[in-house]
Amino acid sequence: MNETPKYATLLWVVVPYVVLAVFVLGHVWRFSKDRFGWTTRSSQIYESKLLAWGSPMFHFGIIGIFVGHVVGLCIPKAVTEFFGISNHMYHLMAVIIGLAAAVACVGGLLILLYRRRTNSRVFGATTPGDKLMYLSLSLTILFGVLATLVHSTFGEYDYREGVSVWFRNFWTLRPNAELMMSAPIFFQLHVLSALALFAIWPFTRLVHVFAAPIGYLNRPYIVYRSKDPRREAERRGWEKINY
Amino acid sequence: MRVMAQMSMVMNLDKCIGCHTCSVTCKQAWTNRSGTEYIWFNNVETRPGQGYPRGYEDQEKWKGGWELGPNGRLRLKAGGRLTKLLQLFSNPRLPGIEDYYEPWTYEYDKLLNAPAQQPNIPTAPPKSLITGERMDIQWSGNWDDDLGGTYAHKDKDPMLKGIEDKVQLEFDKTFMFYLPRICEHCLNPTCAASCPSGAIYKREEDGIVLVDQDGCRGWRMCITGCPYKKIYFNHRTGKAEKCTFCYPRIEQGEPTVCAETCVGRLRYIGLVLYDADKVTAAASTPDEKDLYRAQRDLILDPNDPEVIAGARAAGIPNDWLEAAQNSPTYKLIKEYEVALPLHPEYRTMPMVWYIPPLSPVVDVVRDTGYDAEDAENLFAAIDTLRIPVEYLANLFTAGDVPTVERVLYRMAAMRSYMRDINLGREPREGIANAVGMDGDTMQDMYRLLAIAKYSERYVIPTGHVESAHELEGIGTDCPLNAPGGPGMSSMSLPEDSLGMSGPGYATKRQMNDPTTANTAVPRPEGKRVNLLNWDGSGLPEGLFPQRAEGSA
Repeated sequence: MNETPKYATLLWVVVPYVVLAVFVLGHVWRFSKDRFGWTTRSSQIYESKLLAWGSPMFHFGIIGIFVGHVVGLCIPKAVTEFFGISNHMYHLMAVIIGLAAAVACVGGLLILLYRRRTNSRVFGATTPGDKLMYLSLSLTILFGVLATLVHSTFGEYDYREGVSVWFRNFWTLRPNAELMMSAPIFFQLHVLSALALFAIWPFTRLVHVFAAPIGYLNRPYIVYRSKDPRREAERRGWEKINY
Repeated sequence: MRVMAQMSMVMNLDKCIGCHTCSVTCKQAWTNRSGTEYIWFNNVETRPGQGYPRGYEDQEKWKGGWELGPNGRLRLKAGGRLTKLLQLFSNPRLPGIEDYYEPWTYEYDKLLNAPAQQPNIPTAPPKSLITGERMDIQWSGNWDDDLGGTYAHKDKDPMLKGIEDKVQLEFDKTFMFYLPRICEHCLNPTCAASCPSGAIYKREEDGIVLVDQDGCRGWRMCITGCPYKKIYFNHRTGKAEKCTFCYPRIEQGEPTVCAETCVGRLRYIGLVLYDADKVTAAASTPDEKDLYRAQRDLILDPNDPEVIAGARAAGIPNDWLEAAQNSPTYKLIKEYEVALPLHPEYRTMPMVWYIPPLSPVVDVVRDTGYDAEDAENLFAAIDTLRIPVEYLANLFTAGDVPTVERVLYRMAAMRSYMRDINLGREPREGIANAVGMDGDTMQDMYRLLAIAKYSERYVIPTGHVESAHELEGIGTDCPLNAPGGPGMSSMSLPEDSLGMSGPGYATKRQMNDPTTANTAVPRPEGKRVNLLNWDGSGLPEGLFPQRAEGSA
């Protein structure tokens, strides 16, 4: 049995668990200390025309991609085979649905990036945190698309026997760095950039993902509240742009 | 019957001189921060005119308020819950900053730092507060102030639709008036109904509609929902902000800043009681023109024994009940029936009411050389001057002209009736009777409208925070005052020296002691439990029925 190199353990075992801890504790910290900052910080009031195309495309696309990731990462190959879905059929479905979602997501992201850079109102309200978030988000999506196209669609790599297994082992606390070491380069880069994204997630506007207002569907329209004497500690404000 | 109290306001438009003092003082108090530059919780519009934001009353465009569905039930005009969630990523009906105006400042330092003896006079060019770049100012709030809707802007006032031809002919000589606007603090607020996060709420105690700044997630649906466009988006914090009815002042029994500083003393603040169970039914009235009446009928008579019993059952304190009985707004809305709601057709049951202006009519009569204080002349003029009355009806009664006429008759009659008294003549009861009032009521109304003192214009009971303090144990005390706190062991309590200890006195010590707090202030069973205040140790207070002594 070969010894797993130290850097591999660091990259594919230690770092992911640290990022998980930062992700969870970061959200707990943010929610308890900066609930005021828990917002989408929409820039629609500055510019609406491009946003009307870019934002829904990106968001619906990324939701589709998220669902695809859940299926691809969490459902073992044996389960789909048990239900009589052949490998070919599975990949055909994954590529068609995934491609549609990816086109929407990447197209939307490009529109949003263009809008953010060219509209001076929107660009003026962009914080350094936003820029870092856009960078890691764009890289993650770029490497994800490349990994799928280069290694999966036109290549020979079956992520359901490599990266997916690594992912499930990660959650069952039996991490296996070998599986990631043997994964192709774009899969490795995709995972690394995603880890970077998850690490900064709680400290950026991405927290709005965990504000999805599902409760609205079964809430009475008018909310009544009694005078609530809750008092909260000093809150953090938003960075201001420099005039 | 579920009696609830509502803080309400009435504005007497005849007295508004359009000085914008209310807007300025409100802005200094509430929206002088970064991100709120364009936000005017209180603004004063010249009508006819576009209003702020431009053309906000065109609900075919903005889809604010409620409408009746094919089944006769109320629904949000901009779409229900599912539609809202699908539009989260891009709200198709959101006003842009250009519908308000792009806020700016001037490069004042160019003036201060200009070198001496320079050949050119230094200037301070305008600079956008959003981009930080120099800008060309094109529009702003009140850009059409005092224009009364000139030809250039006339067709942009949605309320002139259908009567624009007549207006075009007689425009310059007819009318213009000012309309100060704050949040309506509706009984059936669409902003609250539109909020996906449930962050906008109506206070149970006084009906003030507020945005929970910690609960708002910036989904922007409230801005579309509010047909008055009185919810604004703070573009720095990404949160909705709105007029607060100056609740910290109201809780202390003081009027709002806009009312306090109004030089015309045209604002009245008071409580009204209403039946919360009937709000939806009233807002669902099929004919728009009946909505004003339905809304007025929602308001309960605070002297009716049944209402008093209902109010007591609902936990409304006695001093609040008394304030509702002395409320100036109740008198103007219900007794004299001269106050009208702004746009009842939005079906939100707004609670800021307006006495429509008679002055445009009086001006026309005076200009024609007739006696403008004479009741007959004024009545005739109200009948003949269709344009102002129709326009006012579009604002205040969903187009129901007779209702506005009735109000204007009353105002005209009061003018005429009081003139006789002021000139030492015999008052003519017939003038009062002609508008369905008697002389005494007319004089009462005159008192309230013309010479009422501060305490009569603002009848505001103080908030009962002392009970909230007991129930929730908020941190208004010094934390060191807790039993066993530093330095507390050797101190004698002031209650002892004042003879206030002993049975019957719930001392501060008992209140603060967790073991005796429950016995000192029993929490009524079945009431709200605040899990947010639960520190995680032991059982949350009030969640479970208290165990009998000794059974634990």
